[in-house]
Amino acid sequence: MSELIRKNASELIQLLQKGEVSSVELTKAHLERSTAVDADVHSYLYQNPETALASAAEIDKRRAAGEKLHELAGLPIAVKDNLTTTDAPTTSGSKILEGWIPPYDSTVVKKIRAAGLPILGKTNLDEFAMGSSTEFSAYGPSRNPWDLTRIPGGSGGGSSSVVASFQAPVAIGSDTGGSIRFPASVTGTVGNKPTYGAVSRYGLIALASSLDQVGPVSRNVLDSALIQDLIAGHDPHDSTSLPESLGSMSDAARKLDVKGMRIGVIKELMGEGFQPGVMNRFKESINLLQQAGAEIVEVSCPNFEYAIAAYYLILPAEASSNLAKFDSVRFGLRVAPEGNPTIERVMAATREAGFGPEVKRRIILGTYALSSGSYEHFYGAALKVRTLIQRDFAAAFEKADVLISPTAPTTAFKIGEKLEDPLAMYLNDIATIPANLAGIPGMSIPIGLADEDNLPVGLQLLAPAREDARLYQVGAALEKMHEDIWGKRMIDFAPELEVRS
Amino acid sequence: MSEITPDLVRHLAGLSRILVTDAEVEQFTEQLSLIVDSVAKVNEALAGLDVPATSHPIPMANVFREDIVEPSLSQAEALSGAPDSGEGRFRVAAILDEE
Repeated sequence: MSELIRKNASELIQLLQKGEVSSVELTKAHLERSTAVDADVHSYLYQNPETALASAAEIDKRRAAGEKLHELAGLPIAVKDNLTTTDAPTTSGSKILEGWIPPYDSTVVKKIRAAGLPILGKTNLDEFAMGSSTEFSAYGPSRNPWDLTRIPGGSGGGSSSVVASFQAPVAIGSDTGGSIRFPASVTGTVGNKPTYGAVSRYGLIALASSLDQVGPVSRNVLDSALIQDLIAGHDPHDSTSLPESLGSMSDAARKLDVKGMRIGVIKELMGEGFQPGVMNRFKESINLLQQAGAEIVEVSCPNFEYAIAAYYLILPAEASSNLAKFDSVRFGLRVAPEGNPTIERVMAATREAGFGPEVKRRIILGTYALSSGSYEHFYGAALKVRTLIQRDFAAAFEKADVLISPTAPTTAFKIGEKLEDPLAMYLNDIATIPANLAGIPGMSIPIGLADEDNLPVGLQLLAPAREDARLYQVGAALEKMHEDIWGKRMIDFAPELEVRS
Repeated sequence: MSEITPDLVRHLAGLSRILVTDAEVEQFTEQLSLIVDSVAKVNEALAGLDVPATSHPIPMANVFREDIVEPSLSQAEALSGAPDSGEGRFRVAAILDEE
């Protein structure tokens, strides 16, 4: 493996700026890595080396001509396959969109292109981002680079495994209930779900519009900060986009200081149901923060107990409406049944053939939650619980500047282990879902390996809406404390993957 | 216990425009029963409380942009992903049943 691809993005951009490495060289090294390992890891649904190398060559040419470029210019990146790209198929992990080439670029992709980052490929996900393991991708699961028999988290398991296997220095994910943070937690990587509205959703294939948010995935907190700084900002094409700037995340990540900060430990997100090895690492991190001068307080969020239930009403309700657009008319698959079918029968046959089991389950559940007889009892009640969760956060942030919890109750589980049990699968997101319901930012950073299985453990940081910078400040500081103790980065503990030529 | 029956699943699948096989109806009835029983828990949180609903995490109102004409998709681009099209339109099967 080229030593180049192991480096943090923040180092790579310096090498690019100084002309010590070219974008073509860097892009090629990552493409070669994919040839060597992606048959096993399966992070990518699509790669086009030619277009990636062409954009790299273009940046190298502009740099050679003395043009002033974006600070990230030339850094290759991977993009989750639910963001539209005009030069690559965008499937959202579904058969219903197999081969679809969108007629427009998502705003995030536009920003990536404008800054001159070559796109290495489109990463795998659970179909329409519905899942916690990528096992619901219509194109087969991605695998965890720490142990190929285990899941890389989901829905963004393509984006987590692509950075954990050094096939890309950074990636873009999306997070509706934990789809950036849970994958980061189980692959020893960093992922951030920004404040709702901080990053444009224009061109993000919607799962649940009031919960979805696009964010960065990387091997290092500063690298995620650089990517969030690139993709954030107001977009008139997204009416839920925040008009104000949230400031520089990379400045926050460089402070490396938590003195005097009040850090709240969420009582309800620890102990029972959490793997002992996860709790051990979590407690060590609490101690480190305390030693560094942070004040640790305990906070209680009693309504988090109802968060999963509220989420699995609100999400299916919104998804059932959002996915109505897959109607066999404007884009994607069309399956015509025998005889002389009407359009409604074509639609039903198409959706039967084009959607996988989890998507069907959630559309049917959402249709039920919204139906006239059950609306108040289900969807209406869930929206009220959403208020209670927001109030829990508001009360907790009176006492603390940042809240922490384990990102997930367990480390990576085995592929197939929870596939037939939807309720068990939903529990993975117990700690991550409240942030989406409340619209606040949440980050997962790696804090060590669990004693039982030697697999990565993640710590989640939460801040009030618009205070994403606090996550980067505390996250980078804690990361530094760990790296000083370990003498290396978390990702350097990962076993070598078998390489194919 | 929830009221999810095979007939209800068929009905909901019909409303969702998804054909379902008998095997799927059986599987979804069992799985959705468990899920619906579990999510009904939201009502416990609300016992005796009068709480407003939150449909959107960051409230916003009257979001406007400048009234400036921007380029939009051409007809060819808009039709580019359609399974079938002709004469500048999406082409579909019969809209109405014969009866």
